[in-house]
Amino acid sequence: MVCRRCLNIWMTQPWLQRLSWPIRAEESGIRPSGTSRRLEGLIDTIHQAQTLEELQAVIISLRDLYEVEHLIYHSVNSTGQQYAALTYDPTWVEKYTADRFERIDPVVQGCYQRFNPVDWKQLDWSTKSSREFLEEARTAGVGNQGLSVPIRGPSGQFALFTVNHRCDDPAWRKFSRHSVQELLLVAHYVNQKALELERGTDVVPGQPLSPRETDALTMLALGYSRARAAERLNISEHTLRVYIEGARFKLGALNTTHAVARALVKGLLVV
Amino acid sequence: MIASYAITEAPLLRYLYADALSTYPKLRDTMFRDRAAQFKGRLGWDVHVNRAGEERDEYDLMNPLYVIWQQPDGSHGGSMRFLPTLGRTMVNDHFSDLSDGQNIESPLIWECTRFCLAPGAAAKVSGALMLGGLELGLGHHLTHAVGVFDHRMVRVYRRLGWGPTVMGSTGQGRDAISVGLWEFTPVIRTGLLQRTGIGRDVSRHWYDRAFNACKSA
Repeated sequence: MVCRRCLNIWMTQPWLQRLSWPIRAEESGIRPSGTSRRLEGLIDTIHQAQTLEELQAVIISLRDLYEVEHLIYHSVNSTGQQYAALTYDPTWVEKYTADRFERIDPVVQGCYQRFNPVDWKQLDWSTKSSREFLEEARTAGVGNQGLSVPIRGPSGQFALFTVNHRCDDPAWRKFSRHSVQELLLVAHYVNQKALELERGTDVVPGQPLSPRETDALTMLALGYSRARAAERLNISEHTLRVYIEGARFKLGALNTTHAVARALVKGLLVV
Repeated sequence: MIASYAITEAPLLRYLYADALSTYPKLRDTMFRDRAAQFKGRLGWDVHVNRAGEERDEYDLMNPLYVIWQQPDGSHGGSMRFLPTLGRTMVNDHFSDLSDGQNIESPLIWECTRFCLAPGAAAKVSGALMLGGLELGLGHHLTHAVGVFDHRMVRVYRRLGWGPTVMGSTGQGRDAISVGLWEFTPVIRTGLLQRTGIGRDVSRHWYDRAFNACKSA
């Protein structure tokens, strides 16, 4: 499951490790060390997926990595076509679809038209229909905690990426505080891949790195600190960070190190 | 009950998506009118003002998230508008030449535009809005906000203790418009709380009622 070439770069280029952004969850002991490396590998697998079945397999691996009950990616495009990759019990999915639960599901109703990550506690579960829905969901093995990332895609596409778990509130707060930022990234990478696979052979290539983004990553790949790199490029450190941020997203990377590794693998940097 | 009575009467920050503005018609109408007064009137920007005297643009139709300072009488005291940079944004649609031809797109960066103050707004309103923006970014684990603003505002933002990094500007003097970046970092919060005289708990309460309200019975 791990991209062998990226792993090789990790092992042969020890300086890459110095670039790594602090992995708070690992430092604080919430997650076993090495989780981020495994997540990077899984993100590489997302990028390499050729079929929706492979994407489904990644969703299951992500669920296992986060050690949560369920992970759900659900997309609806402007013509109402739906696609989902998820770990729910198939009987529940069937019932949900047949009964058109999306019309009463507070998660769908509360996240539609939003763009901030939403904890399920923020949602309105007070109506009779949503209480009944909740009861059925629980019976079907859906956990009591959830965090959903709404995604606004091109031409009215809407997707939800949800982590669902069964635990008490303090444990959930701890998990979501430490994971929400990387979940935001993973959600968008899964969505990009799903859109690409849906388009079939008519694949739109990813955006190329801009010259500034290439410059910024090259400096980091050469081992410059952020401050030195900014100085060399004659820009402020904040501006540099935004170039790196843009590059990270275009490369579909988890962090700066991963972005540099992916750019090197793709042959985008000359160092 | 006394507490909730006091809170509804006092001025407050609201975080509202466009589709929730209809719940607060006075706040909505005065906001768009104050925007006309600021951007068309005081700044002379090339913006469209409708027959109702409101400044609204295409980005207001994309269900943006507004941070709004509400006066005790329910009217608008100041506001700004957020959109995710993965969708359409003003910076990427119209000002990418100011950021070196570079589109700024990331799930961790939101765009902030239309920073507006009502005519005669109290001095603390701009600081309160900055505080709202900071809470929004920190609360949603974002790294930066990117904004388009009147260049003279840089001084105001700096004085408030949270200046942007200017990426580029266009126009001269009074007409200069800039694109800049704000980094979301918790160290800014203390200064903004002090300058505005807003308590940490109050600021948290405003944020929580918008994003962390436990609505389940």
